[in-house]
Amino acid sequence: MKLWKTILAAAALSLAAATSAFAARTDLTLGIVLEPPHLDPTAGAAAAIGEVTYANVFEGLTRIDDNGQVQAALAESWAVSDDGKIYTFKLHSGVKFHDGSAFSADDVKFSLDRARAKDSLNPQKPLFAHITDVTAVDPATVKVTLDGPQGNFLYDMGLVAAVIVGKGSADGNKDKPIGTGPFKLDHWAKGSEITLVKNPDYWGTPAALDKATFRIVPDAAAAVPALLSGDIQAFANMPAQDALAQVQSDPRFSVVIGATEGETILSINNKKPPFDKLAVRQALASAIDRGAIIAAASNGLGKPIGSHFSPGDAGYVDLTGVYPHDIVKAKEYLKEAGLENGFSATIKLPPVPYARDGGQVIQSQLKDIGVNLQIIPVEWAEWLSQVFTNKDYDLTIVSHVEPNDIDIYSRPGYYFQYDNPKFNDLIKELDTTVDNDKRLELLGEAQKILAHDVPAVYLFELPKIGVWDAKLQGMWTNWPIEADDLTKVKWTD
Amino acid sequence: MTAYLLKRLIIAALTLVLASMVVFAVMEILPGDPARLMLGLNASADQIEVLRNQMGLNAPLILRYLHWAGGLLSLDFGRSYTYSVPVIDLVRERVAVSLPLALIALALSTLIAIPVGVFSASRQGRAGDTLAMGAAQLGVAVPNFWFALMLIYLFAVWLRLVPAGGFPGWNAGIWVALKSLILPAVALALPQAAILGRVARSALIEVLNEDYIRTARAKGLPYHAVLWRHALRNAMIPVLTILGLQFAFLLAGTIIIENVFYLPGLGRLIFQAITQRDLIVVESIVMLLVAAVIVINLLVDFSYAIVDPRLRGRQ
Repeated sequence: MKLWKTILAAAALSLAAATSAFAARTDLTLGIVLEPPHLDPTAGAAAAIGEVTYANVFEGLTRIDDNGQVQAALAESWAVSDDGKIYTFKLHSGVKFHDGSAFSADDVKFSLDRARAKDSLNPQKPLFAHITDVTAVDPATVKVTLDGPQGNFLYDMGLVAAVIVGKGSADGNKDKPIGTGPFKLDHWAKGSEITLVKNPDYWGTPAALDKATFRIVPDAAAAVPALLSGDIQAFANMPAQDALAQVQSDPRFSVVIGATEGETILSINNKKPPFDKLAVRQALASAIDRGAIIAAASNGLGKPIGSHFSPGDAGYVDLTGVYPHDIVKAKEYLKEAGLENGFSATIKLPPVPYARDGGQVIQSQLKDIGVNLQIIPVEWAEWLSQVFTNKDYDLTIVSHVEPNDIDIYSRPGYYFQYDNPKFNDLIKELDTTVDNDKRLELLGEAQKILAHDVPAVYLFELPKIGVWDAKLQGMWTNWPIEADDLTKVKWTD
Repeated sequence: MTAYLLKRLIIAALTLVLASMVVFAVMEILPGDPARLMLGLNASADQIEVLRNQMGLNAPLILRYLHWAGGLLSLDFGRSYTYSVPVIDLVRERVAVSLPLALIALALSTLIAIPVGVFSASRQGRAGDTLAMGAAQLGVAVPNFWFALMLIYLFAVWLRLVPAGGFPGWNAGIWVALKSLILPAVALALPQAAILGRVARSALIEVLNEDYIRTARAKGLPYHAVLWRHALRNAMIPVLTILGLQFAFLLAGTIIIENVFYLPGLGRLIFQAITQRDLIVVESIVMLLVAAVIVINLLVDFSYAIVDPRLRGRQ
């Protein structure tokens, strides 16, 4: 057996040496956990669609980079009118869709009108509702009129669901995505893998990779051997769980822990007694120990948060100290609410490790102040209908992965059932504020209101566990949006 | 024989109708809205209504059942909500993985189990028997995902003889495709072989105690001839029964192995479809499987007649 291995290793080495003598590799196989249901980012909310297609296959007017900053994409520049209502985008020329048709202002108008149409199924439709008119001034100029100033408009145009699709090809994008990006779809073996190849006619800087395959690896236990055997060379976010240490100690791999936009929170049904009392929510916030929850639910990798805001984003305020872990204080809050003997409640946990593991820790922590939680495991479909749509819950744990989503606390009918006029006014002001410094100040205030008022107990920011071959460069460290942008990824020697 | 066949066919048809009602009802009772799952947290209520109408989810239950069941009769299995392609296309892609895998695993398990069963039975109570049956006991007890992972670490990570998982598709070449099915087939076959081997052994031991075996020996036939020609054939009925059950299981019940090897098989498709509430996919595939199990059972019944001539004249 030993001899075998030596011979095989020698053969593999000589083969590797022979190939590397010519040129660096230009193919890459990435592992993803969930298969996208289809490949049209304008017609489905599944994050996996964006992971595969964003920046690779489809591009928007603007794009969001690794640091969450807005960059130019199909629009090379833009001008904003003084009242903040009219955006005039100057488009790149010479851009072609993968089917060979030329990209022009008409496609932008088509895409934006389609997203805001009455029968639109765009997962971010509410964002497009602010657009009142889109005019193609000439083939390289588009004028977008809004119903009022929108502070976040350029950012929104860089989101996954805002990519520009072709007038003639949009209907087939689910199966045969036709974009303008540096990669195009080669084939999709359903259930198995999606292969992209380099687009030779790309208008911008061409990609370094010739071929990129997204292979679906649904099982955490299978991810490690797939990496070790070399079948898969990168996981943008590895379902590593307990096996991470094994990969971390292996010099062949880089392990890069980054930030996501996933605020993992203990959501509270704010209208349901006794959670409608501030003191009860304060008791919950004081009773939980974030350190223990992070250790159990995210292998100690998540960053603690004290409000609904990612520590990686501009304007973040550290509010983890507003309600420090303090059992005595928590009991006082309960007493204040007239519940010194505690109470019973339920917690519905979706089928993700952070929720199921975190839920058990929270259950035992709340027991210390006399709050008895009954754990009810649910699957996603049940969670969406019972918790999110019908608001039939007391507590739940979930990660809100949408970027810049602090405004969800002001949405009427949202499942938190939280209604704070002061907060709502603040968000209204934020929506119409264009000045960046002022925006950051308002965002800071919004974070503080949530931290003190506890419409949810803020636990931690979900980490992005990037694991890839040490010779691979250019993978995203953070996930300001869930995208596996391969435009700058390359092999080095 | 014809009357028997006819009776079996009528029972099969009734089973299918009953199964279709149960499957449809169960999927409808499951909480969860496919439209909401597809559109996500930011979608508005009217968007969800639009999609529900598009998918035909707002029609009355009975109408939807009749529409679906009527489609099945004309072999139209409907369209997947999530993938928006015909269900039959999805099934065809997945069967191209699951059926060869099931057949290889079944062949492997038979090839291992029958000789081991014969070996053990003919050495009943001796060291060889104890050893073989001990191994079989182990085979039944070891969880197959653990066994699969051990195989992966040994043959894919350490020796690098086969890929750690995935299926490149038959277009990539028969050998390349087969290579990726070897480990999953072994992982599936060994526990099955362990069960089958034990069944074969006990069936054979029972037959070996029959008077006619002693007669055959007494008339001077050599032991191995008696064992293989007279005894084994008579012991085949329980073995075939188990084989039929195992084949039905291998077609769709292999979700764990499919996950460990990330194979795009039928089991994973059903699992995925259930979590995404792709009702039509689940309903149609389960019906196909019900039909497959019924056909397999019929085949098993007929094969009894082949191994045992006495059954041919009956009924």
